[in-house]
Amino acid sequence: MPDIRYWDRLSLDPATKTLRREGIPIVISPMDKNAIEEALRIRQARGGKVTVVSMGPLNTEDILRSAYALGVDDAVLLTDRTFAGADTLATAYVLSEGIRKLGNVDLVLLGNESLDGSTGQVGPQVAEFLGLPSITHVSEITFTDETTVQVKSNIELGFMRIETHLPAVLAVTGDINVVHIPSVWGALWATEKSIAKWTCAELGAETGRCGLTGSPTWVPEVAPIDVKRRGEVLKGEPTQIAVQLIEKLRADGVLPEI
Amino acid sequence: MNKLDIQAYKGVWVFAEQRDGKLLDVGLELLATGRELADKLGEELVAVLFGNQVRSLADELASYGTDKVLVADSPVLAVYRNDSYSLALTELVNQRKPSIVLVGGTTIGMDLAPRVAAKLGTGLTAHAVSLKLDKDGCLLAQIPSFGGTIMASICCAKHRPQMVTVPPGFLKKPEKKTAKKASVETVKIAVTEKDVRTKVLEVFRQEPKSKPIQEAETVVCGGFGVGSKEGWKMVEDLAGALGGSIGATRPACDEGWAVQDEQMVGQSGKVIHPKLYFGIGISGVIHHLIGIKDSKVIVAINKDPKAPLASSADYVIQSDFRQVVPALISELQKIKK
Repeated sequence: MPDIRYWDRLSLDPATKTLRREGIPIVISPMDKNAIEEALRIRQARGGKVTVVSMGPLNTEDILRSAYALGVDDAVLLTDRTFAGADTLATAYVLSEGIRKLGNVDLVLLGNESLDGSTGQVGPQVAEFLGLPSITHVSEITFTDETTVQVKSNIELGFMRIETHLPAVLAVTGDINVVHIPSVWGALWATEKSIAKWTCAELGAETGRCGLTGSPTWVPEVAPIDVKRRGEVLKGEPTQIAVQLIEKLRADGVLPEI
Repeated sequence: MNKLDIQAYKGVWVFAEQRDGKLLDVGLELLATGRELADKLGEELVAVLFGNQVRSLADELASYGTDKVLVADSPVLAVYRNDSYSLALTELVNQRKPSIVLVGGTTIGMDLAPRVAAKLGTGLTAHAVSLKLDKDGCLLAQIPSFGGTIMASICCAKHRPQMVTVPPGFLKKPEKKTAKKASVETVKIAVTEKDVRTKVLEVFRQEPKSKPIQEAETVVCGGFGVGSKEGWKMVEDLAGALGGSIGATRPACDEGWAVQDEQMVGQSGKVIHPKLYFGIGISGVIHHLIGIKDSKVIVAINKDPKAPLASSADYVIQSDFRQVVPALISELQKIKK
């Protein structure tokens, strides 16, 4: 996702109404970092290999390097001009094709939602395209045997404890773990590692289901949000101010019945 | 993806979520907005209810202005599981072809809707804060984007149904129950336990001590300018006098005056939309403003006339809150008597 510190520099392409990201640094969404951390934790406890998969333009490589610095084994970038302008459905389709190409994946972890789009839709949709069970809002993962997990899935005012069998897709929340800071060695190691790049053709994906073409939703209009209001200043002694304010709130119909 | 016969899709559906035998408010909110959309389109409004032995809830739903209640009543739908609910909803949509499907943006709605949209190969817009129709009758879902600096309208022109999730509390509250009762139709679904790949071991819920701040009609928020724990007491007292909830900015939470998880208002906290908002000792950075901009009336109390909240407020009081707040409380008590 584009770095939150530069959001004021984001603009929309007037023709496609998709984001112009040129010149905006890309970072890993916070909850995706939690997903990486959880994968590393599971690797440490149970063995296996952690691969990060991302879809994006070529400069997404930088964030995959930072994933290497955290300690992942492999990184794959799904990158192709036809992937541009994707909504969640088209993004989930391409990601699922990437995961399919990796083959024999036991567990797919991702952040419950990104900070930019914040839709939370990609996880269940990736699962659907891969034909796997999915659980979202996951704040705890426990293995009960080689292929069985019990997870805590947050709901309003509580949680559900859910069991499923691998392979599965789990979308994790920010409270599942604390992301560690990469070591200097990790950062050095990251510069040595190579990043696989897979195009649409290499994935064998249907171009009609990728990017803008494969996106059922689009943005016909955007408007800036104005937070300005009338700003009427009330003056006088505290009691006068209080009386005036109560009158005005009553006239506006917002004074609570007390 | 095959070209769809868009004209074949008619009607507005609302997925009315129930938990533990209680209808969630967000479903009723969606019915109120769904009613307007259906009337403009000249189409039917349908409430869809899933559960086990929920006939009485179906009857209750029937009095919220809908034309019809479709109820799938089955043990396989007793507790929410992604597989059973998503298969059942997809099955019904494929049979009956609604044009619009609205789902409440609860944790469960947000788990269900994407899977259904992927099964149907249709578009889904998340976190819409308002809904309208364009001139061709296509649904425009409005969502604030990029830290709330722009409002994007999102549409799904060439696929059906048009699916949207709306978080609780953003749409207007439902009208009182109508005398007219809609028809209730019980539908059979093909989903069985064999289709379900997850098992729910436990559901834990704890009722909150107070009403969640997102649902409050009056919210008094305090910021760093409140200055001390003693000052904070005044924020609490004013909230008490107004019968409102207490909110806070991040710095106030950092000071330990308020609880971040429940009370922090703003982009990374709660988005509130009360009728009446009081900001006390709050400068009003954009991250906070985004969280309060849907308040009907905003009152700012801050000594600093340059505080950005002043230009985003309806009423501005540029005095010391330590004097104004007690005066307000005593005037409010006079009305009470």
